[in-house]
Amino acid sequence: MGIGVVVFPGSNCDRDVRWATEGCLGVPTRFLWHEERDLSGLDAVIIPGGFSYGDYLRCGAIASFAPILQEVAAFVERGGRVLGICNGFQVLTEMGLLPGALTRNEKLHFVCEDTPLQVSPGHCQWLKGYGDGETIHLPIAHGEGRYQVDPGQLQQLEDSGCVVFRYQANPNGSVGAVAGLTNPAGTVLGLMPHPERACDPATGGIDGRRLLASLLG
Amino acid sequence: MPVYSARVLVSLRPSVLDPAGEATRSAASRLGVEGIVKLRIGKAVELEIEAPDLATARERLSLLSDRLLANAVIENWTLELAASGESSGTSSPVGEG
Repeated sequence: MGIGVVVFPGSNCDRDVRWATEGCLGVPTRFLWHEERDLSGLDAVIIPGGFSYGDYLRCGAIASFAPILQEVAAFVERGGRVLGICNGFQVLTEMGLLPGALTRNEKLHFVCEDTPLQVSPGHCQWLKGYGDGETIHLPIAHGEGRYQVDPGQLQQLEDSGCVVFRYQANPNGSVGAVAGLTNPAGTVLGLMPHPERACDPATGGIDGRRLLASLLG
Repeated sequence: MPVYSARVLVSLRPSVLDPAGEATRSAASRLGVEGIVKLRIGKAVELEIEAPDLATARERLSLLSDRLLANAVIENWTLELAASGESSGTSSPVGEG
């Protein structure tokens, strides 16, 4: 059992993720440099938060062409689990592994706070530790987290149970208050909040722990 | 091989909110410039490309615009293309997505 954490130039939550998965949960974790291609022995890959390649052009746009992510796309095809957190969620949408796009927050402010979320785990393998409709609190820290998708597609996502996290106070103006999405297979999860920052009681809540512990069964 | 000059204009789709554009519009009125009823911010990408002919240059830049310079979920793009030395700004758009 093992987790790989992708590291781009500009990633800044890679070590936080490793602290959470290895330090708090005891899951063997290794870093995957953006130019690598070896995912052998991994059960899951996490694309962490930060500013990949400086987030030039659009958040996550340049990262989506990184060599490691070509392997991650093939990993998803084989049924591998992938979690994108914050900038990682932006990367997953730019890669087309999740629909829609993350845009500038409605009120332009960078939001950095704990926020309540409603969880609808549905078929998402990452979320089997949560109850349907459960409210949890996770930290958010982003300037471009306003989820955008056309109304028809949003309805489709809602109907198919792919909207798994919703903001209860919608801090960025996301359509449908979408905070996190899964793919139809339930293997790929992208969310703007930071579960890795909510795993150790010393730093506030531990509501993110069950998400990262989902590999442990 | 000829060199072509190009400019790709990337704009937010009309249905996508542009809070930065709105903030700039309110600054325009604080400056005393009245009557700005719409202000939306996009990007202009200036390029030079070596290609055997104009059609090939257009094809490559269209791919680039579709796949990298713009995100079709939220943005539209137009391409202005001209042989280098001419002003690309005066050529008519030859592609869009």
